[in-house]
Amino acid sequence: MSKVMEKKNVETSVENNKVSANTSKKAGDSSVFMVENLNLWYGADQALYEVSMEVPEKKVTAIIGPSGCGKSTFLKTLNRMVEMVPIVKTSGEIKYRNENIFNNKFQKEYLRTKVGMVFQKPNPFPKSVYDNVAYGPRIHGIKKKEVLDQIVEKSLKDAAIWDEVKDRLHENAYGLSGGQQQRVCIARALAVEPDVILMDEPTSALDPISTAKVEELVQELKKKYSIIIVTHNMQQAARISDKTAFFLNGELVEFADTNNLFQNPQDKRTEDYITGRFG
Amino acid sequence: MIRAHFVEELEDLKEQIKDLAVDTKYSLDSAIHALYDANLEQARDIIEADAILDAKEEKINDEAVLMIAKQQPVASDLRRLVSAIKISSDLERMADHSTNIAKATLHLGEGHGIKITPELREMAITAMDMVDLAVKAFEYEDISLAKKLADMDDVIDKKYGQIVKEMLELTAINPEQIQHIMQMAYVARYIERFADHITNIGENIFYLVKGKTYDLNK
Repeated sequence: MSKVMEKKNVETSVENNKVSANTSKKAGDSSVFMVENLNLWYGADQALYEVSMEVPEKKVTAIIGPSGCGKSTFLKTLNRMVEMVPIVKTSGEIKYRNENIFNNKFQKEYLRTKVGMVFQKPNPFPKSVYDNVAYGPRIHGIKKKEVLDQIVEKSLKDAAIWDEVKDRLHENAYGLSGGQQQRVCIARALAVEPDVILMDEPTSALDPISTAKVEELVQELKKKYSIIIVTHNMQQAARISDKTAFFLNGELVEFADTNNLFQNPQDKRTEDYITGRFG
Repeated sequence: MIRAHFVEELEDLKEQIKDLAVDTKYSLDSAIHALYDANLEQARDIIEADAILDAKEEKINDEAVLMIAKQQPVASDLRRLVSAIKISSDLERMADHSTNIAKATLHLGEGHGIKITPELREMAITAMDMVDLAVKAFEYEDISLAKKLADMDDVIDKKYGQIVKEMLELTAINPEQIQHIMQMAYVARYIERFADHITNIGENIFYLVKGKTYDLNK
């Protein structure tokens, strides 16, 4: 398959789930990221060691581990956001849909569009709910009001916040509760039709009810998107993810089906961490 | 160590299970003695004491459920608590079978005039050895010991088959004592069930250690 066709295939898969389900039968298509022997340094300090893992498509992959284990660094490497730190150096490969993202020819902008990110603290722009969600599509050149209206409504619906904000679309997003702001941020990420959504502790600043809503939402979103979530909440990882990766001191210690990892981990370090013996 | 308090609570639960196992073994031992001695008073004591064992099982269950709710355990911690609930439930059922034997003793009454077959005692001794082995396997989380329980259970099953056959033959030549002979067959059945529960405990120990289910009866 040519690269052009491959890219087209990816785009179609985001636009139309059914098409993607029909066309993604060939081997290797069931993963979005293929990470091989990834090493990463901040200057002289190595933060990731020989990380290899395959991130499955349309599943929730959780990344757990104690503070400073490299899980957020790993997440930010997947959309090359980590390169905003000037002293960062990497080796190894990350393939997104079979293309090495470190390749000079690979467009960073394309990657950032396809791989959206939601942060720990809700970070809406100081704009209206509508303008927050329409921000990305506008940057991509969409100007027609009807099209933008449609995108905003669909994204807010997909982020399970539409009913709560449909009557206040033009009010400042700062006026919403923390949990609502976070779902608006998720809607903003969805508005550019990503393929993968990275979430960096998306509920750590939220109350239990808002957390439950975001967790429910993640379950819905995985029908259309592949999700990678960094979380400090072990029970959250156990509840919402299909696969779990345990990082320790920059090393991927164990990567397994979540049910197996939480019931019967194979590595003693995983067992000790998830049972709270250290960390 | 982080969560030292939780580890202590788990240890305490383990001690309670061992204590319940000792009581359960004692209840069978006592029931067998009462049966052979036709000691109705002792039989009544066993029946009465069952409530104490039930309460111990309930306490273990309550504490395990509370720990699940409060500590949200995973992996081996979760398996330890699930096993605690299941093992204590098996022990409680075992004690019920001791009670059933005591009730059979009451049914037989004093001066029933039949000889209690010595094979029942042999069966009970094997069953009590199984309890000792299960406690050891549980304490040291040793699956090789747990697996031995299956062989011992086979011995019990075989003996049970023999006793039932003998009792049937006995009813043919002593039809007037059929009620009494039936009680002996029942006792054999209770000991056989008692041992089955110990095999379940062995399976739970296997699950606790390996995180997988294992059928010791195969």
